[in-house]
Amino acid sequence: MTALDEIKIGGLGASRRRVEDNRFIRGKGNYVDDIVLPGMLHMEILRSPVAHARIVSVDTSKAWAIPGVRLVLTGEMMAKRNLAWMPTLSYDTQAVLATDKVRFQGQEVACVIADDPYIAKDACEAIVVEYETLPVVVNPEQALAADAPLIRDDKENQHDNVVFDWEVGDAAGTDRAFAQADLVSKIDLHYPRSHPSPIECCGSIADFDRSTSKLTVYMTTQAPHIIRAAVSLVAELPEHMIRIVSPDIGGGFGNKVPVYPGYVMSILASILLERPVKWIEDKTGNLISTGFGRDVYLRGEMALRKDGRILGVRMHTVSDHGAFFADAQPSKFKIGLMHSAFAAYDIPAAHLLARGVYTNKAPGGVAYRCSFRVTEAMFFQERMVQAAADDLGMDQAEFRRVNFVRDDDFPHRTAFGFLTDSGQYGKCLDVGLEAIGYADFQERKKEAAARGRLLGIGISTMTEPLGAGNSREYDILGIKMFDSAELRVHMTGKALLRTGAKTQGQGHETTWAQIVAHELGLPAEDVVVEEGDTDTAPFGMGTYASRSTPVAGAAVAMVARKIRAKARKLAAHLLEVSEEDVEWELGRFYVRSAPNRGVTIQECAAAAYSNMPDGMEPGLENVAYYDPPNLTWPFACYIATVEVDPQTGVWDVLNFVAVDDCGVRINPMIVEGQIMGGLTEAYAMASMQFITYDAEGNCVGSNYMDYLLPTAWETPGFELHEVVTPCPHHPIGAKGIGECATVGGPAAFVNAVMDALKGFGVRNIDMPMLPDRVHEAITTGRDVSGHPPVRQDD
Amino acid sequence: MTSLFEEVPRAEDDAVPVRTVSVTVNGERRTVKVEPRLLLAHMIRHGLKLTGTHTGCDTSNCGACTVLLDGRPVKSCTMLAVQADGHEVTTVEGLAGQSELHPVQEGFKDEHGLQCGFCTPGMMLTAKALLDENPDPTEDEVRWALSGNLCRCTGYQNIVKSVLWAARKQRAAAGETGAGE
Repeated sequence: MTALDEIKIGGLGASRRRVEDNRFIRGKGNYVDDIVLPGMLHMEILRSPVAHARIVSVDTSKAWAIPGVRLVLTGEMMAKRNLAWMPTLSYDTQAVLATDKVRFQGQEVACVIADDPYIAKDACEAIVVEYETLPVVVNPEQALAADAPLIRDDKENQHDNVVFDWEVGDAAGTDRAFAQADLVSKIDLHYPRSHPSPIECCGSIADFDRSTSKLTVYMTTQAPHIIRAAVSLVAELPEHMIRIVSPDIGGGFGNKVPVYPGYVMSILASILLERPVKWIEDKTGNLISTGFGRDVYLRGEMALRKDGRILGVRMHTVSDHGAFFADAQPSKFKIGLMHSAFAAYDIPAAHLLARGVYTNKAPGGVAYRCSFRVTEAMFFQERMVQAAADDLGMDQAEFRRVNFVRDDDFPHRTAFGFLTDSGQYGKCLDVGLEAIGYADFQERKKEAAARGRLLGIGISTMTEPLGAGNSREYDILGIKMFDSAELRVHMTGKALLRTGAKTQGQGHETTWAQIVAHELGLPAEDVVVEEGDTDTAPFGMGTYASRSTPVAGAAVAMVARKIRAKARKLAAHLLEVSEEDVEWELGRFYVRSAPNRGVTIQECAAAAYSNMPDGMEPGLENVAYYDPPNLTWPFACYIATVEVDPQTGVWDVLNFVAVDDCGVRINPMIVEGQIMGGLTEAYAMASMQFITYDAEGNCVGSNYMDYLLPTAWETPGFELHEVVTPCPHHPIGAKGIGECATVGGPAAFVNAVMDALKGFGVRNIDMPMLPDRVHEAITTGRDVSGHPPVRQDD
Repeated sequence: MTSLFEEVPRAEDDAVPVRTVSVTVNGERRTVKVEPRLLLAHMIRHGLKLTGTHTGCDTSNCGACTVLLDGRPVKSCTMLAVQADGHEVTTVEGLAGQSELHPVQEGFKDEHGLQCGFCTPGMMLTAKALLDENPDPTEDEVRWALSGNLCRCTGYQNIVKSVLWAARKQRAAAGETGAGE
């Protein structure tokens, strides 16, 4: 007997077809809106139509008069219960229902609970609110003006619209680097506000049972245990009397991390009415009030030596946080991981100054498919790198290669203090250049130019920190960013695995079982995976920031190893040898001196329940909590070629090559699915997807007719390649992957379009590169800025 | 009438108009009383308890609510239930046969054409309608046919592959049974 074939049992490296698909393709998923409880009522929210106004009066009498209305909640009623305001995940406060004034369009003003949602909507329309409008602030320049209206007049000691000032890096060292520079390159960008916009909106069903004092909440959350902790702390309910269930989630992308007012109102309504209360957000509510991403102004300078070496970098960011500082991010750094910029490059000195401001826009910055602010950091980095290469007159690939951290330089301390541990940056770049046909491209470009066509090529290379995190620097509400897994092996060798993560499409039910198969030799199909129920799952911090594989996935490997350690003792007992004489191969223990004498892992499992040695605790189950020693640092090289039509400003992607190094791939099929999905969101941001505001603070992008998402028709094809550099500290060598493409992808598209426009004297067009913006750049020869208030022609 | 939702029966209210709607859903004739303003998507989900049809955007852009009306894809969130009176409706629950999956369902699983699964029912029904009309589509024809259905997870590449997989499987099956394409 020999070791099992790992691919055959669905272990590491198997492109195992997904277990969860069996229900999804039959329409048997169980999303929050599919859940129906006896006696359930329905909640709708009335939102502010204006961006900044004092509330003069709220008249709910007509709403109460509608048959079927059970409860109408206003800010005043919430305030009586001390629930009008709630703490945010960034140590600010946010209004649950407005009391004094509204601070952004779409802010929650009242809510109705009724027998069905149609009645609740009717009743919302019957509420009369009188507003006294105030001057509106829609960008940082307005927010920081001397005569700017004070948005957060509710806060003591808040006399302006500044949320924070923060800095990191070595200011003096960076000054010295600039003093020695042969050339200083500059760039000025706006990364527009965007919305993760999963197709399923947010929602909850709160069910308070007076007879048991237990509160059960079914909700669209990527982090059920954090919600339980937050509900316990905020509502002062005992933690063991709160059960958060996160059922199937129709996409998250960061949008479903924060605590939203709707959740809180449904909980309060259920407690007051002692009936289940369901809240299902509509698309406009989702787009105008829940966690957006980005909205950062980036200005930077790079000190360069003639030979192409980067000596230093200065970054200055101003981030627009909307009306409440409700960023959902776990780091101790005010501007998240913005200073992970340039981690792939060997740069002696760097300094970052960051300022955050309040505006009359929706709150709740989230890490939209990225570790917090990494997307902005890498976009800035790769746009800066391209500008510097252009200023030096150096080939953009060569400029990167000259400045990359070399393979033998790891571990490497970045100028901002992060520790990167592994990578083959040059190799990834080579694979990408070869695949895109870089050597011949300039020739193709010349030929095309002769025919009046504009071709461009854009590169984006980056390593990013994924998998928050180590507990020294990352926590939420003080809770350290570890994760967990609990494994029960039944007597027949079948198993149940539970983790503190929560899948939203990433395929945990499939891949976690593959890690168990790898560690224990149990066929993956014999392992059932459960997540999302705080009454049964071990405490974990949830799924976002590409942390599932780096943290919860590591916990799965570690708990399986604990199981294997006990199984080894059982094997020694069954084989009647000492434990030291037992060897392991996949699926089986054997006697070192007599390899034919062995027992399978399933036989060990049976023995754990039926034939354990004297003194051994029965059963075969365990739990592991994993605190990663560091973040994981995947690397990616994305290269796009585009053709721009100078007559219309329309640009098309000719080819796109992606080279991803995310270490060991658990399920290559799923990894590739993550990359293609991420690249599509990158393309979306580069080409069409943004949330902006007009001068009155109206959200432009409040529905899918204004907020454009690419369809199958526009989305280009992607050619994928891989390089594997295992993570040195992860138990199975894996790194995060879910967000690399969204993070690194946008700069490849923008750099390609800018490359095509090289002859026009244009340095920057802000995303999205809408045809009218590209056309304007071509015809005027000037940069095109995209910050709000929105222009009439966008 | 009863409420829009059976869980909360409401007293008859003369002020609320009622219409009787008869539809054949997945081959079964169903008759329900509805308010004239009730959307077809809500009748399917809440009245008929077929929750595989999802609602995403309320503006007929995302296509998560796509069902087949007499074989043609429609967005059930922007159609009134009363408009379906006398018609045949196919939802995702009606895709599979008694014992086996529809080739489109198999294709989506085999080619990893879904991640969160929320857009999947609408995608699969749109794909079925395409293949019923055009058993051998090109990649561009698939992309065009699916362009009324949004997906945020997959980037579409694997969805397109899934549909082409299903087309091949259907054609092979048709060839085996001697039926022409």
